[in-house]
Amino acid sequence: MKNLFDSGHRGCAGCCDAMAAKFTLMGAGEDSIVINPTGCLEVMTTPFPETSWNVPWIHSLFENAAAVGAGVEAALKSLGKENTKVVVMGGDGATLDIGMRSISGTFERGHDLTYVCIDNEAYMNTGVQRSGATPYNASTTTSPSGKVSFGNPRPKKNMPAIMAAHGAPYVATTSIGFPKDMIKKVAKATEIEGPTYVHAHAPCTTGWGFDTSKTVEVAKMAVQTGLWPLYEMEDGEVTKVRKIGKNVKPVEDYLKMQRRFKHLFTMEGGEEEIAKIQAIADKNIEDFGL
Amino acid sequence: MAPENKLDKSKMVVVEGSYAVAHAVKTCRPNVISAYPITPQTHIVEDLSQFMADGEIPNCEYINVESEFSALSALVGSSAAGARCYSATTSQGLELMHEVLFNVSGMRLPVVMTIVNRAVSAPISIWNDQQDSISQRDTGWIQLYAENIQEISDMTAQAYKISEDKDILMPAMTCMDGFILSHVYEPVVLLEQDLTDEFLPAYEPERILDPKNPLSFGAFADPNYYAEFRYLQEQAMQKALKKIEDVANEFYDIYGRYYGGLIDEYRTDDADIIIMAMGSIVGTIKDLIDKLRDRNVKVGLLKVRAFRPFPAEAIKEVIKDSKVIVTLDKNISLGLNEGALCTETKSVLYNSDIRVPVIGYMIGHGGRDIKVDTIEKIVDDAEEVIKTGIRIESQFADLKEELL
Ligand SMILES: Cc1ncc(C[n+]2csc(CCOP(=O)(O)OP(=O)(O)O)c2C)c(N)n1
Ligand SMILES: [Mg+2]
Repeated sequence: MKNLFDSGHRGCAGCCDAMAAKFTLMGAGEDSIVINPTGCLEVMTTPFPETSWNVPWIHSLFENAAAVGAGVEAALKSLGKENTKVVVMGGDGATLDIGMRSISGTFERGHDLTYVCIDNEAYMNTGVQRSGATPYNASTTTSPSGKVSFGNPRPKKNMPAIMAAHGAPYVATTSIGFPKDMIKKVAKATEIEGPTYVHAHAPCTTGWGFDTSKTVEVAKMAVQTGLWPLYEMEDGEVTKVRKIGKNVKPVEDYLKMQRRFKHLFTMEGGEEEIAKIQAIADKNIEDFGL
Repeated sequence: MAPENKLDKSKMVVVEGSYAVAHAVKTCRPNVISAYPITPQTHIVEDLSQFMADGEIPNCEYINVESEFSALSALVGSSAAGARCYSATTSQGLELMHEVLFNVSGMRLPVVMTIVNRAVSAPISIWNDQQDSISQRDTGWIQLYAENIQEISDMTAQAYKISEDKDILMPAMTCMDGFILSHVYEPVVLLEQDLTDEFLPAYEPERILDPKNPLSFGAFADPNYYAEFRYLQEQAMQKALKKIEDVANEFYDIYGRYYGGLIDEYRTDDADIIIMAMGSIVGTIKDLIDKLRDRNVKVGLLKVRAFRPFPAEAIKEVIKDSKVIVTLDKNISLGLNEGALCTETKSVLYNSDIRVPVIGYMIGHGGRDIKVDTIEKIVDDAEEVIKTGIRIESQFADLKEELL
């Protein structure tokens, strides 16, 4: 199979965005047009005059990728080229925060496209600032832990639920730690007519603070603790869940792997905070029957 | 010498300005329309929506977006995918698009957008001035200003032809004064479909988003490359100067209608006083000039049709033998106490050997009626400048002192 996402990009060693882009294109196939908002993936793949993309690709701005995607889809329709797939790949900031209006409009209008959110849980491109997807107690450059702070004060925004509430026929969560799962879900999403949404958890070696060889391991651990449940929703109902079963790991194992949670193990009161994070995982396990 | 405008009276119908524009858009055969409603642009998008509902625009998708930001963003995608694209907006909507405006022109996407000129908030006002589009003058969009409904309608086809030219590939705003042109009924010749098909070829861009030939659009340019992109945009603007003239002439050859190219002139030949203005105010000025000429006041009009690219040479040629220039601006650059036409006219004269004084008036802001008397008074001021020189370089023309 042709490498639709080529080597030679400027991402960090162990970059999660590069894996996510590669898996997305393995699922979507070569008859696709890709839209990227501003963010790590865009910057590292297209330093003019080079490009990593062997599919047609467009970057416009940070907050409008879903609208650009809608425009591409409308153009393909009006020009009689409906078979080509429209695939948006946006970071968590571009998706949950600044691009919220645009993605909401695009999904409400029912454009036939697939939106893949590459969720590395912060604004990595600009230096690891918090986003609406940053988890509870993660230390980022704008939600640092400090003498009177455990880091990010809020849990992650539940974006898949928001997209399902838009009436999207298909919403799925996935993780770059599970390539087959991701490729399969993206393929399915692009086959289904209408606006479909795939939310991919993507640990960032630089922003989260772990060794560049550990990206996949950290991703897997997020799933195994229940902090990142993998499921599919069709027409608003959860139709499939990836079970963890007896292999469930304590969140502590996951938190320990990452510098962004290091303070929880050194600060007074950290234990109680870890317990709160465990409660988030426990609730996921219960809610989704993991 | 400007060609004689040949309006075929038998073809004329009485329609609202917005309808004439919507009809013109339809006639240009757009592939994607994407717009968000805002007064006084609404009638244009409503009329287009009705055309869509009646199946009257073939091979076209209308995107009912959730904001102006997305209206123009969608067209970035559509245009890059090879579609002829249209939008319309005004005021707050145009300001909301600001970031996208730069993006469209930087990516050299020939989108055409009607601006139904309106004041900007605060205070919020739905009425006409031209602050909205003038504030976007640096975004890399061609800006054309229309005098009447016939012109704004015909300008739509002209704009596509200019923008889509392979040497230009710059987006264009066609600007019409809100309410004064958008909501007024006038007899016009609706843009003719058969003639437009002859005038405006199908849009066939060389580079599009196409899986058979994958290209990357919107890469980032480091300091080794960025400046050249900007330079090439400016080169395209300079080429547009001639293109705007050519297209006005081609339009005349096919349709028999002409409103000027970059500029138009009215009784400027021997004029001592030349009034410069843009948009619907031009009609009022022409009436006044006729009246003043009867009293032997040597006054003429320079109508600026193209504000971007700015027609420096064309302006200089007209005004070089005059004794005073009066600019009328429905906008102000706060902190400079001047409207843009005033500032830019002065700027193109500065390093030339033309020594004509320029005085500027901010007028008609937020929809205040522009009375003939007000302009007549301005002409009186101009006559004084010829005699005694400039006393006040730039000022508001129609302030109500009692409110201050
Ligand atoms: C309107 C606007 N605001 C801010 C920025 C600066 N900016 C560029 S990328 C980015 C963060 C991207 O974060 P995310 O979408 O999560 O992608 P990531 O880089 O983490 O993959 C920010 C804040 C911008 N380019 N445009
Ligand atoms: Mg991110």
